[in-house]
Amino acid sequence: MIDDLPLWLSILVSIMVVLGALLTMAGCFGLVRLKSFYLRIHSPTMGTSMGGGLILLASAIYFTITRERLVLHELVIFLFVTLTTPVTLMLLARATLFRDRVEGNEGVPRRQAKKEPESPGPIV
Amino acid sequence: MKRILPHPLLAAIILILWLILQQSAGLGHLLLGSLIAVGVSLAASAILPERVRIRRPLKFAQLMAVAGLDIIRSNLAVMMVLFHPRPAPKAGFIEMQLELKSETGLAILAVLLTATPGSAWLEYDRERSTVLIHVFDLVDADEWVRTVKQRYEALLLEIFP
Repeated sequence: MIDDLPLWLSILVSIMVVLGALLTMAGCFGLVRLKSFYLRIHSPTMGTSMGGGLILLASAIYFTITRERLVLHELVIFLFVTLTTPVTLMLLARATLFRDRVEGNEGVPRRQAKKEPESPGPIV
Repeated sequence: MKRILPHPLLAAIILILWLILQQSAGLGHLLLGSLIAVGVSLAASAILPERVRIRRPLKFAQLMAVAGLDIIRSNLAVMMVLFHPRPAPKAGFIEMQLELKSETGLAILAVLLTATPGSAWLEYDRERSTVLIHVFDLVDADEWVRTVKQRYEALLLEIFP
Protein backbone atom coordinates (compact mmCIF):
# COMPACT_ATOMS: atom_id res chain seq x y z
CA MET A 1 0.00 0.00 0.00
CA ILE A 2 2.87 2.37 0.78
CA ASP A 3 3.98 1.95 -2.89
CA ASP A 4 0.87 3.84 -4.03
CA LEU A 5 2.06 6.91 -2.19
CA PRO A 6 4.29 9.49 -3.88
CA LEU A 7 7.60 9.98 -2.11
CA TRP A 8 6.98 13.55 -0.94
CA LEU A 9 3.63 12.54 0.54
CA SER A 10 5.03 9.57 2.41
CA ILE A 11 7.72 11.86 3.85
CA LEU A 12 5.06 14.37 4.91
CA VAL A 13 2.89 11.68 6.50
CA SER A 14 5.89 10.21 8.33
CA ILE A 15 6.95 13.60 9.66
CA MET A 16 3.44 14.25 10.94
CA VAL A 17 3.19 10.87 12.67
CA VAL A 18 6.61 11.23 14.30
CA LEU A 19 6.02 14.82 15.43
CA GLY A 20 2.60 13.89 16.79
CA ALA A 21 4.06 10.94 18.67
CA LEU A 22 6.86 13.15 20.00
CA LEU A 23 4.39 15.72 21.34
CA THR A 24 2.26 13.02 22.95
CA MET A 25 5.37 11.51 24.52
CA ALA A 26 6.46 14.90 25.86
CA GLY A 27 3.02 15.22 27.42
CA CYS A 28 3.32 11.79 29.07
CA PHE A 29 6.78 12.67 30.42
CA GLY A 30 5.33 15.87 31.80
CA LEU A 31 2.65 13.90 33.60
CA VAL A 32 5.39 11.97 35.42
CA ARG A 33 7.98 14.69 35.96
CA LEU A 34 6.10 17.86 36.85
CA LYS A 35 5.91 18.75 40.50
CA SER A 36 2.39 19.95 41.27
CA PHE A 37 -1.05 18.75 40.28
CA TYR A 38 -1.93 22.03 38.59
CA LEU A 39 1.13 21.73 36.36
CA ARG A 40 0.38 18.12 35.53
CA ILE A 41 -3.09 18.88 34.17
CA HIS A 42 -1.48 20.83 31.33
CA SER A 43 0.76 18.17 29.84
CA PRO A 44 -1.74 15.51 28.68
CA THR A 45 -3.51 18.25 26.70
CA MET A 46 -0.60 18.12 24.24
CA GLY A 47 -1.54 14.58 23.32
CA THR A 48 -5.19 15.46 22.86
CA SER A 49 -4.67 18.66 20.89
CA MET A 50 -1.71 18.79 18.52
CA GLY A 51 -0.15 15.37 19.17
CA GLY A 52 -3.29 13.42 18.47
CA GLY A 53 -4.36 15.91 15.82
CA LEU A 54 -1.21 15.39 13.76
CA ILE A 55 -1.45 11.60 13.94
CA LEU A 56 -5.13 11.74 12.94
CA LEU A 57 -4.41 14.15 10.08
CA ALA A 58 -1.62 11.89 8.81
CA SER A 59 -4.01 8.94 8.96
CA ALA A 60 -6.69 10.85 7.07
CA ILE A 61 -4.25 11.84 4.32
CA TYR A 62 -2.74 8.37 4.02
CA PHE A 63 -6.05 6.52 3.74
CA THR A 64 -7.60 9.13 1.47
CA ILE A 65 -4.75 8.62 -1.01
CA THR A 66 -4.38 4.84 -0.78
CA ARG A 67 -8.12 4.05 -0.76
CA GLU A 68 -8.77 6.70 -3.40
CA ARG A 69 -11.77 8.08 -1.54
CA LEU A 70 -12.27 10.73 1.10
CA VAL A 71 -11.70 9.29 4.58
CA LEU A 72 -12.86 11.62 7.35
CA HIS A 73 -13.36 9.32 10.35
CA GLU A 74 -10.40 11.01 12.00
CA LEU A 75 -12.23 14.33 12.04
CA VAL A 76 -14.95 12.76 14.19
CA ILE A 77 -12.38 11.34 16.61
CA PHE A 78 -10.66 14.72 16.90
CA LEU A 79 -13.96 16.51 17.52
CA PHE A 80 -15.04 14.13 20.26
CA VAL A 81 -11.64 14.15 21.99
CA THR A 82 -11.48 17.96 21.87
CA LEU A 83 -14.99 18.32 23.28
CA THR A 84 -14.59 15.79 26.09
CA THR A 85 -11.08 16.59 27.36
CA PRO A 86 -12.05 19.89 29.06
CA VAL A 87 -14.89 18.16 30.91
CA THR A 88 -12.62 15.66 32.66
CA LEU A 89 -9.90 18.24 33.15
CA MET A 90 -12.27 20.69 34.81
CA LEU A 91 -13.78 17.96 36.98
CA LEU A 92 -10.36 16.89 38.28
CA ALA A 93 -9.04 20.44 38.67
CA ARG A 94 -12.09 21.70 40.53
CA ALA A 95 -12.09 18.69 42.85
CA THR A 96 -8.44 19.43 43.70
CA LEU A 97 -9.13 23.14 44.08
CA PHE A 98 -11.98 22.39 46.46
CA ARG A 99 -9.82 20.04 48.50
CA ASP A 100 -6.91 22.49 48.66
CA ARG A 101 -9.22 25.24 49.85
CA VAL A 102 -10.84 23.07 52.51
CA GLU A 103 -7.46 21.88 53.77
CA GLY A 104 -6.14 25.44 53.61
CA ASN A 105 -3.10 24.54 51.51
CA GLU A 106 -0.65 27.18 50.33
CA GLY A 107 -0.56 28.66 46.85
CA VAL A 108 -4.23 28.33 45.99
CA PRO A 109 -6.40 31.39 45.41
CA ARG A 110 -9.09 31.75 48.03
CA ARG A 111 -12.67 31.71 47.00
CA GLN A 112 -13.82 35.34 47.09
CA ALA A 113 -16.44 35.88 49.71
CA LYS A 114 -19.90 36.61 48.44
CA LYS A 115 -21.39 39.91 49.49
CA GLU A 116 -20.84 39.57 53.19
CA PRO A 117 -22.34 41.94 55.68
CA GLU A 118 -19.89 44.46 57.14
CA SER A 119 -18.13 43.05 60.13
CA PRO A 120 -18.93 45.03 63.23
CA GLY A 121 -15.26 45.49 64.07
CA PRO A 122 -13.43 44.49 67.22
CA ILE A 123 -15.31 44.82 70.43
CA VAL A 124 -13.36 47.01 72.80
CA MET B 1 -40.87 23.78 12.63
CA LYS B 2 -39.60 24.94 15.99
CA ARG B 3 -41.35 22.08 17.76
CA ILE B 4 -39.89 19.33 15.60
CA LEU B 5 -36.46 20.91 15.31
CA PRO B 6 -35.60 22.89 18.44
CA HIS B 7 -31.86 22.88 17.69
CA PRO B 8 -31.28 22.94 13.92
CA LEU B 9 -27.52 23.50 14.26
CA LEU B 10 -27.09 20.49 16.53
CA ALA B 11 -29.25 18.35 14.21
CA ALA B 12 -27.15 19.37 11.20
CA ILE B 13 -23.91 18.49 13.00
CA ILE B 14 -25.28 15.09 14.07
CA LEU B 15 -26.40 14.33 10.51
CA ILE B 16 -22.99 15.25 9.08
CA LEU B 17 -21.20 13.13 11.70
CA TRP B 18 -23.52 10.22 10.89
CA LEU B 19 -22.81 10.46 7.18
CA ILE B 20 -19.05 10.65 7.81
CA LEU B 21 -19.20 7.56 10.01
CA GLN B 22 -21.24 5.67 7.42
CA GLN B 23 -18.87 6.78 4.64
CA SER B 24 -21.78 7.35 2.30
CA ALA B 25 -24.48 9.87 1.45
CA GLY B 26 -26.99 7.36 0.06
CA LEU B 27 -30.70 7.90 0.50
CA GLY B 28 -31.02 5.25 3.23
CA HIS B 29 -28.22 6.73 5.32
CA LEU B 30 -29.60 10.21 4.75
CA LEU B 31 -33.07 9.19 6.00
CA LEU B 32 -31.84 7.26 9.03
CA GLY B 33 -29.36 10.04 9.84
CA SER B 34 -32.07 12.70 9.69
CA LEU B 35 -34.29 10.62 11.96
CA ILE B 36 -31.49 10.31 14.51
CA ALA B 37 -30.61 14.00 14.20
CA VAL B 38 -34.18 15.10 14.87
CA GLY B 39 -34.47 12.66 17.80
CA VAL B 40 -31.22 13.87 19.35
CA SER B 41 -32.11 17.54 18.96
CA LEU B 42 -35.50 16.89 20.59
CA ALA B 43 -33.80 15.08 23.47
CA ALA B 44 -31.23 17.86 23.80
CA SER B 45 -33.89 20.54 24.20
CA ALA B 46 -34.38 19.21 27.73
CA ILE B 47 -30.84 20.24 28.70
CA LEU B 48 -30.13 23.07 26.27
CA PRO B 49 -32.54 25.82 27.21
CA GLU B 50 -31.74 28.42 24.56
CA ARG B 51 -31.41 27.93 20.84
CA VAL B 52 -27.79 28.23 19.73
CA ARG B 53 -27.27 30.52 16.78
CA ILE B 54 -24.02 31.56 15.20
CA ARG B 55 -24.65 35.08 14.01
CA ARG B 56 -21.38 35.68 12.23
CA PRO B 57 -20.11 32.46 10.60
CA LEU B 58 -17.05 34.20 9.16
CA LYS B 59 -16.06 35.51 12.58
CA PHE B 60 -16.50 31.98 13.91
CA ALA B 61 -14.12 30.66 11.26
CA GLN B 62 -11.67 33.43 12.18
CA LEU B 63 -11.91 32.44 15.86
CA MET B 64 -11.17 28.80 15.02
CA ALA B 65 -8.16 29.82 12.90
CA VAL B 66 -6.78 32.07 15.65
CA ALA B 67 -7.30 29.34 18.25
CA GLY B 68 -5.69 26.72 16.01
CA LEU B 69 -2.55 28.83 15.57
CA ASP B 70 -2.39 29.55 19.31
CA ILE B 71 -2.77 25.84 20.11
CA ILE B 72 0.15 24.97 17.79
CA ARG B 73 2.35 27.71 19.29
CA SER B 74 1.46 26.71 22.84
CA ASN B 75 2.14 23.03 22.11
CA LEU B 76 5.65 23.79 20.89
CA ALA B 77 6.33 26.15 23.81
CA VAL B 78 5.20 23.60 26.41
CA MET B 79 7.20 20.86 24.67
CA MET B 80 10.35 23.00 24.92
CA VAL B 81 9.78 23.44 28.65
CA LEU B 82 9.15 19.72 29.18
CA PHE B 83 12.25 18.55 27.30
CA HIS B 84 14.38 20.75 29.52
CA PRO B 85 16.38 18.59 31.99
CA ARG B 86 14.75 20.35 34.96
CA PRO B 87 11.43 21.78 33.89
CA ALA B 88 10.66 24.79 36.08
CA PRO B 89 7.84 26.74 34.49
CA LYS B 90 6.59 29.83 36.30
CA ALA B 91 3.03 28.68 36.77
CA GLY B 92 0.35 30.86 38.22
CA PHE B 93 -3.34 31.43 38.69
CA ILE B 94 -5.12 34.28 36.96
CA GLU B 95 -8.51 35.59 37.86
CA MET B 96 -9.98 37.56 35.00
CA GLN B 97 -13.16 39.53 34.56
CA LEU B 98 -15.30 38.52 31.57
CA GLU B 99 -17.90 40.56 29.75
CA LEU B 100 -19.13 37.50 27.89
CA LYS B 101 -22.42 36.26 29.36
CA SER B 102 -23.73 33.85 26.73
CA GLU B 103 -23.64 30.22 27.92
CA THR B 104 -22.52 28.90 24.56
CA GLY B 105 -19.86 31.58 24.23
CA LEU B 106 -18.48 30.74 27.66
CA ALA B 107 -18.49 27.03 26.83
CA ILE B 108 -16.54 27.64 23.62
CA LEU B 109 -14.05 29.88 25.43
CA ALA B 110 -13.58 27.19 28.09
CA VAL B 111 -12.96 24.48 25.50
CA LEU B 112 -10.50 26.63 23.55
CA LEU B 113 -8.51 27.74 26.60
CA THR B 114 -8.39 24.20 27.96
CA ALA B 115 -7.42 22.68 24.61
CA THR B 116 -4.40 24.99 24.64
CA PRO B 117 -1.73 23.15 26.62
CA GLY B 118 -0.46 26.34 28.28
CA SER B 119 -3.70 27.25 29.99
CA ALA B 120 -6.55 25.54 31.81
CA TRP B 121 -9.97 26.93 32.66
CA LEU B 122 -10.67 26.02 36.28
CA GLU B 123 -13.86 27.64 37.46
CA TYR B 124 -16.30 30.30 36.44
CA ASP B 125 -18.00 32.42 39.05
CA ARG B 126 -21.42 33.35 37.73
CA GLU B 127 -22.09 35.93 40.44
CA ARG B 128 -19.08 38.09 39.76
CA SER B 129 -18.57 36.80 36.18
CA THR B 130 -14.91 36.08 36.74
CA VAL B 131 -13.02 33.01 35.69
CA LEU B 132 -10.07 31.33 37.37
CA ILE B 133 -7.43 30.17 34.89
CA HIS B 134 -4.22 28.30 35.57
CA VAL B 135 -1.37 29.23 33.25
CA PHE B 136 1.59 26.90 32.71
CA ASP B 137 4.26 29.46 31.99
CA LEU B 138 3.14 32.86 33.19
CA VAL B 139 5.41 35.71 32.18
CA ASP B 140 3.15 38.75 32.44
CA ALA B 141 -0.34 38.33 33.86
CA ASP B 142 -1.75 41.62 32.53
CA GLU B 143 -0.39 40.95 29.07
CA TRP B 144 -1.97 37.49 29.17
CA VAL B 145 -5.38 38.82 30.16
CA ARG B 146 -5.19 41.44 27.44
CA THR B 147 -4.36 38.82 24.82
CA VAL B 148 -7.31 36.62 25.77
CA LYS B 149 -9.65 39.59 25.77
CA GLN B 150 -8.52 40.84 22.37
CA ARG B 151 -8.05 37.57 20.55
CA TYR B 152 -10.95 35.53 21.91
CA GLU B 153 -13.47 37.45 23.94
CA ALA B 154 -13.93 40.27 21.43
CA LEU B 155 -14.72 37.76 18.67
CA LEU B 156 -17.01 35.70 20.89
CA LEU B 157 -18.91 38.81 21.93
CA GLU B 158 -19.62 39.51 18.28
CA ILE B 159 -20.69 35.93 17.54
CA PHE B 160 -22.83 35.45 20.65
CA PRO B 161 -24.07 38.89 21.74
